[in-house]
Amino acid sequence: MTPIMINLLLRSLWETVLMTAASGVISLVAGLPLGLALVLTNRGGIAENPWINRILGAVINGFRSVPFIILLVALIPLTRLIVGTAIGTWAAIVPLAIAATPYYARIAEVSLREVDRGLIDAVRAMGGNRWTIIREVLVPEALPGIVAGFTVTLVTLIGASAMAGAIGAGGLGDLAIRYGYQRFETNVMIAVVVVLIVLVCGIQWLGDRLVARLDHRSA
Amino acid sequence: MNSIVSALRIETRPADAEEVVRLKDVRRRFGATPALDGISLSVKKGEILGIIGRSGAGKSTLIRCLNGLERADSGEIVIEGRNITGLAEQELQPLRRRIGMIFQHFNLLSAKTVEENVALPLKIEGLAKAERLKRAHELLELVGLSDKAKAYPSSLSGGQKQRVGIARALAARPALLLSDEATSALDPETTRSILALLKDINSKLGLTILLITHEMEVVRGIADRVAVIDAGRIVEEGQVWSIFGDPQTAITRSLLGGIRPQLPEHIAARLSQAGGTEAILSVDLSGPEAQGALFADLSATLPHSFRLVHGGIDHIQNQPVARFFIAIPTRDPVLAEKVEQFLKARSARVEVLGYDTDHD
Repeated sequence: MTPIMINLLLRSLWETVLMTAASGVISLVAGLPLGLALVLTNRGGIAENPWINRILGAVINGFRSVPFIILLVALIPLTRLIVGTAIGTWAAIVPLAIAATPYYARIAEVSLREVDRGLIDAVRAMGGNRWTIIREVLVPEALPGIVAGFTVTLVTLIGASAMAGAIGAGGLGDLAIRYGYQRFETNVMIAVVVVLIVLVCGIQWLGDRLVARLDHRSA
Repeated sequence: MNSIVSALRIETRPADAEEVVRLKDVRRRFGATPALDGISLSVKKGEILGIIGRSGAGKSTLIRCLNGLERADSGEIVIEGRNITGLAEQELQPLRRRIGMIFQHFNLLSAKTVEENVALPLKIEGLAKAERLKRAHELLELVGLSDKAKAYPSSLSGGQKQRVGIARALAARPALLLSDEATSALDPETTRSILALLKDINSKLGLTILLITHEMEVVRGIADRVAVIDAGRIVEEGQVWSIFGDPQTAITRSLLGGIRPQLPEHIAARLSQAGGTEAILSVDLSGPEAQGALFADLSATLPHSFRLVHGGIDHIQNQPVARFFIAIPTRDPVLAEKVEQFLKARSARVEVLGYDTDHD
């Protein structure tokens, strides 16, 4: 591979990492509270509210049922409003974050729902309020699952970011399509795939290690 | 002598001693089934009350009503003179700090170390970190787990976990400790050590304890008073030794089944209702009446005329509780009458269970 190609590969890697990291962080910051809201307002939750729960659930399901490539195009006006342009790496972060947030909210919801009710009872019996329960019980006890779920979300985002090439966002997926597929440069295709494998394995490995450190649920 | 003194201590507790808990006609329904069907009871300061019942009898609902984890539909729940029924969740929160609770499955937070678990009630109270850790260490010393302060609960045994649970429940210096089947997940030996710890805390700190259980052994080991709950009602209530000595209801007798002497089955099986060389009698007596040389007196009155088949004298709360089975020859009807007279004079309850022909 020529130095130019290597340069191109590195730039695409950076674009993918940027898109994944930025939209990942947004989905974490927005998705975790959403997941919490789903659990708290659910039947038997500490802030039970069937209507809010139903509305939230419906909105999340709505976003999750739109294929990403459609979302990418449909959100162009919003992207333009936020980023100022509908083209490029930064422009892709908006639809990626909006797709990943409900996805991550559902994953976080599952982890939070699995927190033993007895632990909530114990903290209520101590005189703890809802905020104490969220801070001392729900989030810390679900943290291994929350982190594991975030790892899954990041890997999913790497895949989704390949489609962002459609709006000129660049990234590894775009590189593979334009050079590897359309120009029959098999070497580029192989290089991209190898880089992606390394990237995904690296994220998964880091995530697993972090979960192992955080998880004190069994000896 | 000692037992009389301690019995007096229990009996002479002033009637107007401060009540920590008072329930009046507490009711709670789940759909059509009443879980609590008019419960009234009270627990005095420093007392250990055991509430026993089968699963589904309503005891869990009852204990959870006491700190408002569960709401009563009607009735009065008065804790330290304050009626908590109808209080909003926010109003209940400060009151709950006066009530510690321990659980069957310990309910320790897995993501926190032992000392952080114990200190949590103090964190909720708003104590500074250094202060709450100091108090946590005091409590861990009290329950004998000082060396586990930095460990995570998952590395502890069941008994150790419950000790942490107890330390945590005591952290905020509560007036009342609620124990929700706290020993049901533990083996018999660990159960005894946890009960001994609770008893110790009760006498050292004067802490009032209300515990629910389905095991009579627990009540017997620790409680001053016992209330038997069945289908959401208290069916029997009293001093532990008197309930053990003279259970009034079928449900109490069945709960006592395992630890009260029963006529051995092979003997019970061959009893007939008429005819036989021996009559088999069950004898129940308890308290001061069961003291002294009961058997010596009996055999002095009626030499060679009775045979002890099974049972003996047990001591509960330092009170003798006697339950035994004797066989009397039927050839002399006067003999049987004499035995009955002797026992009835000591206010024993005597029942002829049947007749046996072959006593080998």
